Amino acid sequence: MGAVFAAVVAILLVVAPASQATTPSPTPSPSNQQFQNSISGFLRDDARAPIADVTITAKSGDFTGTAKSGANGSWTIGVPVQGTYEVELDESTLPEGIKLADGQENPRKVTFSQTSNLSVIFAFGKGIVVQQQDFGQNLLNRLVAGLSFGLLLALASVGLSLIFGTTGLTNFAHGEMVTFGAVLVFAFNAMSLPFWLAVVLALLGGGLFGYVQDAGLWKPLRRRGTGLVPMMIVSIGLALAVRYVIQFYFGGSTQQLPYAQSSEIQIGPVSISPNNLWSLVISAVVIALIGFILLKTRLGKATRAVADNPALAAASGIDVDNVIRIVWVAGGMLASLGGILWAYYRPGVTFDMGSQILLLIFAGVTLGGLGTVFGALIGSIIVGIFVELTTVFGLAADLKYVGALFIMIVVLLFRPQGILGRRERVG
Amino acid sequence: MDLGFIFSSAAGELFSPTTAAYALAALGLAVHFGYSGLLNFGQAGFMAVGAYGFAISTLTFGVPFFVGLLIAVICSAIFALLLGIPTLRLRADYLAIVTIAAAEIVRYIVTTNQLTSVTGSANGLAAFEGGFYAMNPFPEGSYFGMNNRDFFIRVVGWGLVIICCTLVWLLMRSPWGRVLKGIREDENAVRSLGKNVYAYKMQALVIGGVLGALAGMIFTLPRGAVQPANYGTELTFFLYTCLLLGGLGTVLGPVVGAMIFWVVLSLTQGILYGLIESGAVTWLNTVQAGQLRYILVGVALMLLMIFRPQGVFGNKKELAFA
Repeated sequence: MGAVFAAVVAILLVVAPASQATTPSPTPSPSNQQFQNSISGFLRDDARAPIADVTITAKSGDFTGTAKSGANGSWTIGVPVQGTYEVELDESTLPEGIKLADGQENPRKVTFSQTSNLSVIFAFGKGIVVQQQDFGQNLLNRLVAGLSFGLLLALASVGLSLIFGTTGLTNFAHGEMVTFGAVLVFAFNAMSLPFWLAVVLALLGGGLFGYVQDAGLWKPLRRRGTGLVPMMIVSIGLALAVRYVIQFYFGGSTQQLPYAQSSEIQIGPVSISPNNLWSLVISAVVIALIGFILLKTRLGKATRAVADNPALAAASGIDVDNVIRIVWVAGGMLASLGGILWAYYRPGVTFDMGSQILLLIFAGVTLGGLGTVFGALIGSIIVGIFVELTTVFGLAADLKYVGALFIMIVVLLFRPQGILGRRERVG
Repeated sequence: MDLGFIFSSAAGELFSPTTAAYALAALGLAVHFGYSGLLNFGQAGFMAVGAYGFAISTLTFGVPFFVGLLIAVICSAIFALLLGIPTLRLRADYLAIVTIAAAEIVRYIVTTNQLTSVTGSANGLAAFEGGFYAMNPFPEGSYFGMNNRDFFIRVVGWGLVIICCTLVWLLMRSPWGRVLKGIREDENAVRSLGKNVYAYKMQALVIGGVLGALAGMIFTLPRGAVQPANYGTELTFFLYTCLLLGGLGTVLGPVVGAMIFWVVLSLTQGILYGLIESGAVTWLNTVQAGQLRYILVGVALMLLMIFRPQGVFGNKKELAFA
């Protein structure tokens, strides 16, 4: 048997010369022909005018790459591998009268996280000043930032939870619905539509995406009686397809939405960026609205009835398909809004921004109890605050998501139904 | 467009070490999902544990190859136990979320800058494969157009695939395997026969996880480097695509699935690049062609699941779900 197989292997291997038997390598980036990874940025002075002809160097081990900023202030250095690089801006090449801002480290060490492009921002003039804060101040600031983050997570997880409650689907494509909203705002804004119109269209687009998904995919699958696990795997396929479709059109780079840069303002004892404050207020208002609709209106009652028992809801005259359709549209719009706010929180729009927080959304939903809307809200806020607070208590910033995921696993160990879930749901 | 080159590259994928690694990892998933009904979305985590367990024990502690191998296998078994204790009593979708979260935790931990001295953070680790290639029994020379290193890793990788397939096949036709399939079909029925369902599930999780760890090692050895970016959630999803292509509850399914997966990826890349170079396709650049292939993977996964959930070899009655 072994000998026969060895012979077969040998014959097939003849067909394949080793030089060609390597893995298809990832494709090179368009901006740089030699390397697939790059470090890049824009140089702008404090009046936001581009700074040209400044030399920047990236070093790691025996690799050194240099770039000069172009007329629009942009620079890109192709690098062979993702890793840690020392980036230095040659201050002698800066035009007269322009200086790096106080507290701007130069040279500085930068590390790739997950993308093939790493952007480095050098601030000039009177830009950002790094302040030393005391512990209590820091704690308070992180707490508010965490609340803001948690509420934007809640926008996405309430939608996910509603969909799970009414259809039983664990939707792995929800992260792409989050990305979709942010990418739409960027696209409409790039078509030079006014910002408010871009946001409105992005929300409508998100709702439409939810509607199309339900009408084109999930409803037919429910009709066929497809099981929940196959539907989950279908949603993974959809997530992969949509993620790479977005990358196909959007590219792999990080783009900024308008008004993304803002300096922190002081409100009482808390310092917060206006964007985070807006995000906090908007998501709180929207979530209060959702809560009101669910508790007080006929539609909300119908939704809760379908979530509780679809067959009984149908028997009592509720149009179950209609309710599910509305839930998908609402879920899509909420995810879009969450995505727009997430683009300001990070900040930046990338094709995989949604899948980066998908697990945090799941963590929020699971913590609160799968299928419970208010549980998803509470769970998300806990996750958001936890993520921000762990950095205050000494956990490295690149490990901050680990804390939240770990807490989710621990909670499942002791209270598998989640905080607000009912025992029977665990099965 | 050089069709001969495109086809020979694609044929080379049939027996590349990466295909062997995918086949092994997908075989582990077949044990988890196909035979036991455990929805493990953290196979990338098991592969990372295997690869890093081997690389770290070799580089940091300087152990010989086989001790490193043993450490990697033990690490993955411990990882499976840690995962199984909180989750195996829960419903399938909880298990899915927890395993995917655990795999991401592993990836974040090996990526963090705090542990750079041990894990190499985002750069990963390299130069740990010396002990493996030192055992190469093939003298230098050309073997079917390959050098002795490339030939050796292929022989070892596919040898391992054959051994593991045989073991899984034997296990699944043993009484133990029948209990496992029983659990997949109806957990309560098996429980009422006096079987300890929890223990059986745990054993299946450990076995599939160890296969994942071996796959992780075969994946890294020919590269001579292990990098955290390779072990994201997408890897697990690609493995599921391989598994579903071949057939869930089968031994050969994952192997054939992995072969089809890589051959199709290589063919589409070759043909798309060829068309772009010859100017026949102008609405696409090479970067987008790379992304187009992964769009196809996603669509294929959806269509497979909807229209042929049993895959090429599977039996519709043997599906892990109704």
